Amino acid sequence: MDSILRVEDLHISFRARGGEVQAVRGVDFEVRKGEAIAIVGESGSGKSVTAQSIMRLLPSPPSFVKQGSITFMGRNLLELSEREMESVRGKEIGMIFQDPMTSLNPTLTIGHQITEGLIKHQGASRQAARARALELLKLVGIPNPEDRFSQYPHSFSGGMRQRAMIAIALSCNPALLIADEPTTALDVTIQAQIMRLMKDLQERFGTSIILITHDLGVVADFCDRVIVMYGGQVVETGTKWDIFRSPQHPYTRGLLRSMPRLDQPKGEPLVPIVGTPPDLLVPPQGCAFCARCDEAMGVCVDHDPELLPVGQSGQTAKCWLHHPLAKEVRHETAKR
Amino acid sequence: MKPQNVNSKPTAQSPGPSRKSIVPLSGQSSGQSHVRPIGGGATPLLEVERLSKFFSVGGGQTLKAVNDLSLTVGKGETLGIVGESGCGKSTAGRTIMRLYEPTSGATRFEGRNIYDMKGTELKRLRREMAMIFQDPYASLNPRFSIADIIAEPLDIHHLAGSGKERRRKVEELLERVGLRSEHASRYPHEFSGGQRQRIGIARALAADPKLIVCDEPISALDVSIQAQVVNLLQELQRSLGLTYLFIAHDLSMVKHISDRVAVMYLGKLVELAESSELYANPKHPYTQALLSAIPVPDPQVEAQKERIVLSGDLPSPVNPPSGCPFRTRCPYATEKCAAEVPAFREVSPAHWASCHYA
Repeated sequence: MDSILRVEDLHISFRARGGEVQAVRGVDFEVRKGEAIAIVGESGSGKSVTAQSIMRLLPSPPSFVKQGSITFMGRNLLELSEREMESVRGKEIGMIFQDPMTSLNPTLTIGHQITEGLIKHQGASRQAARARALELLKLVGIPNPEDRFSQYPHSFSGGMRQRAMIAIALSCNPALLIADEPTTALDVTIQAQIMRLMKDLQERFGTSIILITHDLGVVADFCDRVIVMYGGQVVETGTKWDIFRSPQHPYTRGLLRSMPRLDQPKGEPLVPIVGTPPDLLVPPQGCAFCARCDEAMGVCVDHDPELLPVGQSGQTAKCWLHHPLAKEVRHETAKR
Repeated sequence: MKPQNVNSKPTAQSPGPSRKSIVPLSGQSSGQSHVRPIGGGATPLLEVERLSKFFSVGGGQTLKAVNDLSLTVGKGETLGIVGESGCGKSTAGRTIMRLYEPTSGATRFEGRNIYDMKGTELKRLRREMAMIFQDPYASLNPRFSIADIIAEPLDIHHLAGSGKERRRKVEELLERVGLRSEHASRYPHEFSGGQRQRIGIARALAADPKLIVCDEPISALDVSIQAQVVNLLQELQRSLGLTYLFIAHDLSMVKHISDRVAVMYLGKLVELAESSELYANPKHPYTQALLSAIPVPDPQVEAQKERIVLSGDLPSPVNPPSGCPFRTRCPYATEKCAAEVPAFREVSPAHWASCHYA
């Protein structure tokens, strides 16, 4: 499969009062054509910053890209002018935001907001754009599109607004869709509707999707590959089967252990991950997870591990335990 | 100092010296493991009877946030209340705490209707019931030190005789919730979300309550921190014999923590059962859809799951559908559902549901 997006060694920082917050610290990943990947992490893990940097939506200052590249269909997005970027946003890459209440313009009709991109990017006439917008509204499951076209966002419910936002994001047939926590603000029954819609659309149009989420449950249903982030870094990658069936990074394992599961009998107390995530104003020298890890070794404190391959399926984990020498170290520690 | 056993017969009317003690140390209080009554048990701590809370929203319209709610909570039990936003679960919690005056109905705490209480009796009740809020950022006064936040209930109810005793109790409470005593002099902005929620729990424990209403206590926290707070709540329940009303929308967590679970939809109770029974054998179509909508972190389970995806949105609680409130989204609705309000009845032992066809 061809890769359509490749992020390499991305470092993004924010200037803050106390110094420099290193929100993203060396992220690498790629998205292939027609594939759905998930970036999973907790607040402060750098997942949203990574997503927004692809669209170049981060205000600068305070944010700045320290190093790295984001190659989308052969072009480095970080080197494009603001004007060139405008032709990428909404046309080649669509984005769905978390909060459908604040990311639609309350003073413009839904129809206006859907047709805007069609008129601007594709030079469509007002009439052609209207016809296409009605088609899109129907596609995302909004009843009575004719009436809804001329209504304002306030007369839409949360789920309906998110559907309208998906219609906007898909209006120009983008090659890549970035969905940043698309269902976090919605109730579970509405979440199920929206995720099913996104999956149908992905299968129909072959759009690549990056789903940013903190909900591992959504990932298990929706995605092909998973990227787990922690402390501004990628700590594990693999297919969803790898990640859920044989997680290799202690953080991923801890995350799965700390969640109660609906399909399992209750009884055992949850196993929480002790402590709190690192302060990225002064990121730790060694492994970012080391202070909360119950398998940490001496080497973890001072030396940051690489993403190391595990098994044959392309799974990787940023953990010294997978280093060829780690078995000897463990053995020695046990003897001591 | 005599350790106070919260599970003993009600002593609320006679404030003995034992009520002055704040948290009994865990080693002293739990001589025997207490049995959690299922189904409210023989000695319900809380009985809610036909409780309604309506709000006037202008234009002569009323929003029926809680409509004819009845349930009981046994001593030492955890009752979960789940539902989607706007179903009335938080309003129910607040009305049961008497933070709102009810439109009709009664809530009896240890046999006494709390809406009839006034003066010293009402003030007493405020010590017996405490609340933990959803947003750990908004529920702590940023200009108070941690000591002042936690000691506020002690000050109001005059539970600390001297400054020294007050300080000792604050330190004891901080340690009880897994924080350090030197945190007492700091301010809320110096703490993370999970730590703030611990501070909120310490404040709730300060006046030595019997019932704690937890309104979405973990939904603002990260996954890895949620488990820490839930484990703390469970450990406190075991050592202090607390009773919880646990309001949340995260059904996996509610199942984990609750003995029984109540499901609400548009202000109405639609189902109530022991928690594993409810999850294994949901009777109401809404509960069935709600449970099937929850994603499970396992690709195998997800691939095999038949998900019931409900069509449409929640109707407005200002103008709810006639008959069964769920009928507009229910795949099995018939004419009878539009015409008649289904009764909330016991469909199998200790399993209640309001559906004509359950």
